[in-house]
Amino acid sequence: MDQKATRRAFLIGATSLAGGLITVLPVTDARATPATMQAAIKKVIGSAALRKGKVTLHLPPLVENGNSVAMDIAVDSPMTANNHVRAIHVFNEKNPQSNVVSIRLGPPAGQAKIATRVRLADSQRIMAIAEMNDGTFWSDEVDVIVTIAACLEDPV
Amino acid sequence: MARALINVPPKAKKGEIITIKTLISHEMETGYRHDNVGKAIPRNIITEFVCTYNGLEVFRAELFPAIAANPFFTFNTVATASGTIEFKWTGDNEFSQTESVNITVE
Amino acid sequence: MTPSERCILVVGALACAIASTLLIVRAAEIPLNERKSGYEFMGRDSRAMQDDDTANPGTFSVLDGEALWKRKVGTAGKSCADCHGEASESMKGVAARYPAFNAARGRPVNLDQQINICRAERQQATPLPLEGKDLLALNAYVARQSRGMPINVTIDERTRPFFEAGRATFYRRQGQLNFACAQCHDDNWKEKLAGSPITQAHPTGYPLYRLEWQSVGSLQRRLRNCISGMRVDNYPPGAPELVDLELFLMWRARGMPIETPAVRP
Repeated sequence: MDQKATRRAFLIGATSLAGGLITVLPVTDARATPATMQAAIKKVIGSAALRKGKVTLHLPPLVENGNSVAMDIAVDSPMTANNHVRAIHVFNEKNPQSNVVSIRLGPPAGQAKIATRVRLADSQRIMAIAEMNDGTFWSDEVDVIVTIAACLEDPV
Repeated sequence: MARALINVPPKAKKGEIITIKTLISHEMETGYRHDNVGKAIPRNIITEFVCTYNGLEVFRAELFPAIAANPFFTFNTVATASGTIEFKWTGDNEFSQTESVNITVE
Repeated sequence: MTPSERCILVVGALACAIASTLLIVRAAEIPLNERKSGYEFMGRDSRAMQDDDTANPGTFSVLDGEALWKRKVGTAGKSCADCHGEASESMKGVAARYPAFNAARGRPVNLDQQINICRAERQQATPLPLEGKDLLALNAYVARQSRGMPINVTIDERTRPFFEAGRATFYRRQGQLNFACAQCHDDNWKEKLAGSPITQAHPTGYPLYRLEWQSVGSLQRRLRNCISGMRVDNYPPGAPELVDLELFLMWRARGMPIETPAVRP
């Protein structure tokens, strides 16, 4: 946590205790927040609407260890030249960075199904967004509980 | 050179959708950890993974620190013709590794 | 809160809840047919990672070990293969019976120690550092040759005193929390600690890839993690007390198949 953030947190805390009318901002170290996640998503989809459907995101609901969490994503698409998934983007809410992975696909894939292993820093929401060749965006999201975190635990 | 494990069926029928699994040995140091005296450990991750089949790109991934150590990917491709499936990983500190496997498509 | 801090808080609470004034815990040993490997306590995805060699990062360690097996080292300029030939034949069953008695040393040694004994005496090479990549790789490669074979350590008049010392350590209340290994691993293995299942603590898959470590590690590394979590003065790596405990744990897991290289959370 950088010095500035620590001081700011202390001052806000101290003032609140003194009964001052200060809006307490959630001071974090460089972690993602739902707001930065939304910003990262907007960077990808621009002003397009985000529709629910077509995408199935799977992560275990209770994670054994945040250092390595199996993630599967499937998108319902025939993967033909006229109708296919162009990309799959995954975002998170509470890791130090909002992006998880961005995958580019096309008709050669045959089916839009991927699996990988990710790090999760805290219990949080994960969102997968599929970008279709017609410019539409579809999403799915999952809430995951993490008791032993990644990223924010220093090596022993 | 990092070790990599590739799982591709050696033979497939034309038009069949095959499953490819890849695993590469890499610590994927996030850049967010600190050592025992509080110094930040610099980021050292693989940032890109590309798979080409007979020269055609069939899968590309942009990796962030949120990808777990020893990056693992499973994906599909349509078996089109016999030839070579090539895998390339690139990342921080000029990390670059290429592996390839042959496939027979009948 | 770090995982070990969280662990200590919960372990402390658990220890307090166990009302016993006895110094030695008379815990009930797990009946042989009720024993379960740590594999059975893991989720579906972690099991899949262990089951598929091409998805298991422990495989890298085994492959490194295979390369090291053939490498000529030391002033003797010998490789493991020069004496032992094909590991798939000569090393079959070896890991399943370690720790084993070493006559020259008058006590049991574990596989890491045996590898270093070979290096010093046969290859005239410097011993490999404990918990280093190379020693873990050789150990993983040798142990891999016993995969599927039942654990089979020998308890006889030579190893018995060390076995008893290991057993005493397992059942003895120790450290700040006045807590014994058996209280979790014999008595409470069906329960959870900080959201994670408490396993029976059978060392069936070492060296293994632990998600917590993001790397391959030895049984002693795991024991030392647990011992410090229990707030007990820790033993240095390679300590005889740890080898005695390994011997006891392997006996306790007798008959269970070797899973090396396993995956564990």
